[in-house]
Amino acid sequence: MLGRDYVNVLYIDLEKEEFKYEKRQDLLKYIGGTGVAAKLLDENLKAELDVFDSSQPIVFAIGPLSFVMPVCTKAVAAFYSPHTKEYGESHAGGRLAMAMRFSNIDAMVITGRAKHPIYIVIDDKVTFKDARAMWGLSVEDTGKILRQHTSGSGVRSSMRIGRAGENLVSYANVNVDTYRHFGRLGLGAVFGSKFLKGIVIIGDNSIPIPAESRKKYRQVYDRIYDTVIKTDVMEKYHELGTSINVVPLSDMNALPTLNLSTTKYDYAEEISGESFAKKSLIRKVACAGCPIGCIHIGQFRRQFDEGYEYESVSVSYDHELLFSLGSFIGLKSPDEILQLIDVVEREGLDAISTGVALGWATECYKRGIINLDDTLMPFEFGVLPNYMAAVHYIATGKNEFYKNLGKGVYNASKIYGGEDIACHLGGNEMPGYHTGYGSVVGFSVGSRHSHLDNAGYSIDQAGVKEEEIVQKIFEEEIERNILTSLVICLFARKVYKRDIILEALDSIGIKTTNEELTKSGREILKLKYDIKRKLGYSLDSKKIPERFFKTRSFNGKLDSTKAYKMVKKYKEMVDAL
Amino acid sequence: MATVLKVEDRRRCIGCLSCRQACARLRGDFSAADSAIDVKTQGGLSGEFIINICRGCIDAACMEACKFGALTKREGGGVVFHKGKCTKCGACSRACSVSAIRMDSEGYPIICSHCGYCAKYCPHRCITLKEVF
Repeated sequence: MLGRDYVNVLYIDLEKEEFKYEKRQDLLKYIGGTGVAAKLLDENLKAELDVFDSSQPIVFAIGPLSFVMPVCTKAVAAFYSPHTKEYGESHAGGRLAMAMRFSNIDAMVITGRAKHPIYIVIDDKVTFKDARAMWGLSVEDTGKILRQHTSGSGVRSSMRIGRAGENLVSYANVNVDTYRHFGRLGLGAVFGSKFLKGIVIIGDNSIPIPAESRKKYRQVYDRIYDTVIKTDVMEKYHELGTSINVVPLSDMNALPTLNLSTTKYDYAEEISGESFAKKSLIRKVACAGCPIGCIHIGQFRRQFDEGYEYESVSVSYDHELLFSLGSFIGLKSPDEILQLIDVVEREGLDAISTGVALGWATECYKRGIINLDDTLMPFEFGVLPNYMAAVHYIATGKNEFYKNLGKGVYNASKIYGGEDIACHLGGNEMPGYHTGYGSVVGFSVGSRHSHLDNAGYSIDQAGVKEEEIVQKIFEEEIERNILTSLVICLFARKVYKRDIILEALDSIGIKTTNEELTKSGREILKLKYDIKRKLGYSLDSKKIPERFFKTRSFNGKLDSTKAYKMVKKYKEMVDAL
Repeated sequence: MATVLKVEDRRRCIGCLSCRQACARLRGDFSAADSAIDVKTQGGLSGEFIINICRGCIDAACMEACKFGALTKREGGGVVFHKGKCTKCGACSRACSVSAIRMDSEGYPIICSHCGYCAKYCPHRCITLKEVF
């Protein structure tokens, strides 16, 4: 890894309150990030034990380029997902990658369950601190306390969970530095199961740039920085952000709306990126090491009392949130969506899964599949107050129904019915694109069931022939395994072409070749699928809900036989790795 | 014409730390902590950013505090650092009333030379190099 010929792994045992570092030269072939995290998960995972067993590991990893090249800002987490009960991987930006880098931690493995709620502070050592007084507090309040009680402002990263994680909601997230998250697949619940309320990492160590490579490093850095800032390659992310997608997706029949009963939203203009920019956008912020500033912050004010008593709230938004907490449940204005984002943030839930769960519950309620005894209040698309209450109920497991809804729509629909309208793929709630076979098959086969695994939605929009889609998905997933192992933010994927990657690595003293990178990408994909198999997952184990075939996509109505054939083809390709 | 680094508008800051990285890069380190410029939040990322730089004093307290001649007057404002004379005593850092001098990992003070390299990397022109008379 950077500046040394090994991967420095920090092992933390929460039960014994002990830690140790190991120099792992053997991990170098996994590059870093995704590759190293998957390998360490594989080594430490206990497939035969319960997902919440205290011995199950949480793994974090950064890559060789983290923070030293522009837009290399993410950290990768790997874990046994309590949501899908198989391989869990999630990525987060903020300041975590920087803090890990300058704490000299390339990767860390956390095991054990603390005796009572704790948080840990990592600088040159690991300190285990009492968090009993924070248990039950919101993500926001916990963040304020962690900041008050630790040093390192400016070079520090703070992770924490809310009540959802404490209560083991299977799609609870981990908040990173207020506006970023390990959002998907339930890392927050794994924290909760370990009584781990938060982690603060202070990264203030020096890593000298070798004198002989300073000039070259600066040249390569500048070239990449100029591409990021002075060309239009990343302009979209800086200006309106990903929410620029809302209107075009609706226009092309690809925006999941009202529990995916349609893909065209009558109020797309009202909840568009343009509308947010006009009415709510107050500032943008950036992850450490990225000059783009793609984090769009919207603000709303809420009257909490008579007599002009207001509070103002700032939350971050992007396309996925405008779809899941907007079009998917029929909300019609930026203010309404921001209010719902705020409660989802405070409770520490994955916004996509929460919105999709609410959409499913609303349609089930309308159809009489569930009733007031379950929901405790009526649900109606477009009506905000009960959705806000429902988010609290999910986070706290208010009754049996909300406990089940807190396990995701795949699990809830097995209990109550409505499986055909439960919009999950591979057990994970769908992201904000219904573009065609690329999206449906891509999300289904993606190793973490994320739209970012292989960008099937993008392949659909590029007009790729049906018979070539699976091959493209497969190749893209391998390519992205390389990017997320290095760890480059996927928003910069067009900046970091292979020749640039090789130059960037070379400038910090890491020699490799295109062939070696491709080989690593393939090995990492194979490793992830090996882990999935160990955990009992099979590509033909989960059906694709009927709703995906009934509702028109950008590429028209999809045929289930064709989709399953594509999944089968992908399986053959993965098996041949 | 002499130039001095100035904070043009800290409210535009997005906290990307590109300026800190630039300074550290020039000094030969990857770490943002090894920079003459400091950017931090006030009350977390939901609050405002503070940009803490050498203010380029005409009559510099840090220079006054240095008893070894390691800091001399810089034309236009601020000081020039002479590493060979520095004893790493930290008096300059303690004397700076806006806490703009941090110490590096070897114990030397990180003194801003007002070169303006950091400003080149600020995507929002929060910091600029200004001509002074």
